[in-house]
Amino acid sequence: MNARFAIGKVAGALITLGFVLVFNFFLFRVVQTDPVATLFRGRNIPQERLDQLRAEFGLDKPLGGQFVDYLQQTAQLNLGLSYQSRQPVWNEIKSKIPATVALVGTSAVLSAVIGTALGVAAAWRRGTKTDYSITTSTMLFYSMPDFWLGMLLLVGGAIITGIFPVGGIIDAGSSRAGIGRLLDQAHHIALPALTLTLAYLGEYAIVARSSLLETMKEDYLVVARAKGLRDIKVRNRHALPNALLPVVTLSAINFGFVLSGAIAVETVFSWSGLGKATSDAIRGPDLPMLQGLFLLFSAAVILFNLIADLVYGRLDPRVRT
Amino acid sequence: MTEALVVVEDLHIHFGAARAVDGVNLAVMPGEVLALVGESGSGKTTLIRAIQGLTHPTSGKVLFEGKEADARHLPDVQMVFQDPTGALNPRRTVSEIVAEGLRIEKFKGNEAEAVSTALSRAGLRPPERFLRRFPHEISGGQRQRVVIAGAMVTEPRLLLADEPVASLDASIRGEILGLLRNLVDTTGLAVLVVTHDLGLAWNIADRVAVMYLGRIIEVGPTEELLDSPKHPYTKALLSVVPETRGMEQQILSGEIPDPKRIPSGCRFHPRCPVLQSGESERLGIAERCRGEDPAIISAAATREAACWAVKAIAVAG
Repeated sequence: MNARFAIGKVAGALITLGFVLVFNFFLFRVVQTDPVATLFRGRNIPQERLDQLRAEFGLDKPLGGQFVDYLQQTAQLNLGLSYQSRQPVWNEIKSKIPATVALVGTSAVLSAVIGTALGVAAAWRRGTKTDYSITTSTMLFYSMPDFWLGMLLLVGGAIITGIFPVGGIIDAGSSRAGIGRLLDQAHHIALPALTLTLAYLGEYAIVARSSLLETMKEDYLVVARAKGLRDIKVRNRHALPNALLPVVTLSAINFGFVLSGAIAVETVFSWSGLGKATSDAIRGPDLPMLQGLFLLFSAAVILFNLIADLVYGRLDPRVRT
Repeated sequence: MTEALVVVEDLHIHFGAARAVDGVNLAVMPGEVLALVGESGSGKTTLIRAIQGLTHPTSGKVLFEGKEADARHLPDVQMVFQDPTGALNPRRTVSEIVAEGLRIEKFKGNEAEAVSTALSRAGLRPPERFLRRFPHEISGGQRQRVVIAGAMVTEPRLLLADEPVASLDASIRGEILGLLRNLVDTTGLAVLVVTHDLGLAWNIADRVAVMYLGRIIEVGPTEELLDSPKHPYTKALLSVVPETRGMEQQILSGEIPDPKRIPSGCRFHPRCPVLQSGESERLGIAERCRGEDPAIISAAATREAACWAVKAIAVAG
């Protein structure tokens, strides 16, 4: 790969991250002039205690001083103290990452693989019943709000039939370990993962389908066929590799959102991941927590966009220059 | 007379109600360049796709050296397309593209050498400069040369060229045509070139066949046909070529008809200037023009026009 291309992309990503850092700080300062007052609104707390809290959170300094502190702390991965739990934000976030990555990561991979396969199948059988049923069903799920789809599955799969648990990551009070624990988790993850997979299938199916149809019009497929290459090989060697380029970009972008969790679906299934942490922090509002979460989300999106750019450069010689 | 390389016998290709090719006889001789001329929608492309075996005939036959198209050795016939950019897979390098034909036919010899030879014969010299390039890194004219190298690498007997220079700059057209002509003269290759441009036919073709609405309506050696066209359609086409000064311009009325509704009688009669000017009345053939289909030109014909007026004049003269 062209080194200048790669360096340019990395530099672009770092600059974007820098903007996010600055923006992240001022965004919450604009929204909230005095977080401590809001946090203890309606409660009778002596002024000294409020002042003490402000000092604890570093809110007594002028804005410029706060900003410098913020930059220094962030550079050391110190994201401050959560207003709600009084624990370091980074520890709070760290403890939720595995749950979210398990749930959203699983569904991101499943929807990418299944959705792309469905889209490819639809394109090859364009205009047939297979095509219509794939397109209609995936679009149906895609256009449903994911929390609503989640509620439907929750009602059907947990409340009425009782096959799956209504929420949580493991059975309350369960002390199983090893395989048993893993099975328990799989049992819990099934419904939320199904919800998210169904919700994002459509995106992949529609992108893969239209991209493949577009590619199938290309003359180089006719050339290969004219040279005697069998149809199935023409598809696998010429059509698919070119048609799946947009799917690569799409998956990379979606994987960037894996860490952001799924705020609505995690809430519906009481899945204690980053998405649920976000909605809890908003309710506070727990500014350091939100600030930390936003920073993590942005960094993940930027990182995966960078990966997409670099991978794309490998796959498509046209963008390398 | 030498044996024809390709013989097309009474070929019909219908797409639903549309008769894209509607009774064509044609022979291509080894080592000749035959230009297939006509407006868009006349069925030229469908005809060559059928010769390549990409489109199945509704009825009739395509024989390659006397054998049915399905049975022939595929690499003997190769194609060159109008748009070289679309004809090249953007993710393959030039050497992969050129080698593809060899890989499909499971070539036993030295692949790298064959690819380099094909590239230099297509005028890409030195070939090493092009092997590792991608299509977007070379010019349009060079891309068409890559397409030609990819076609020539299997040493075909027949090259089917569909508007090979229509998408190229005027300055490059001559070079590409010169290259094709040169390949014919040095290797004994036969070329069937489809074009809507009579000037191009003039430049490289030995023979010209004019196609109108799914049928060949006039055929003959290039000079003869272009110097003294007989069919009123050929005359009209020629009159608007800039090179033929002195000829009175004849703009045909109307569009080429829908191949789903081919006119009765002579398929050209609704637009025919001979009929419109009353000439047919005078010759006493106006009814025939409107009601009777002129006979299909045979593959063996050296000079013929499917036109009642031409026949009437020949009989009278």
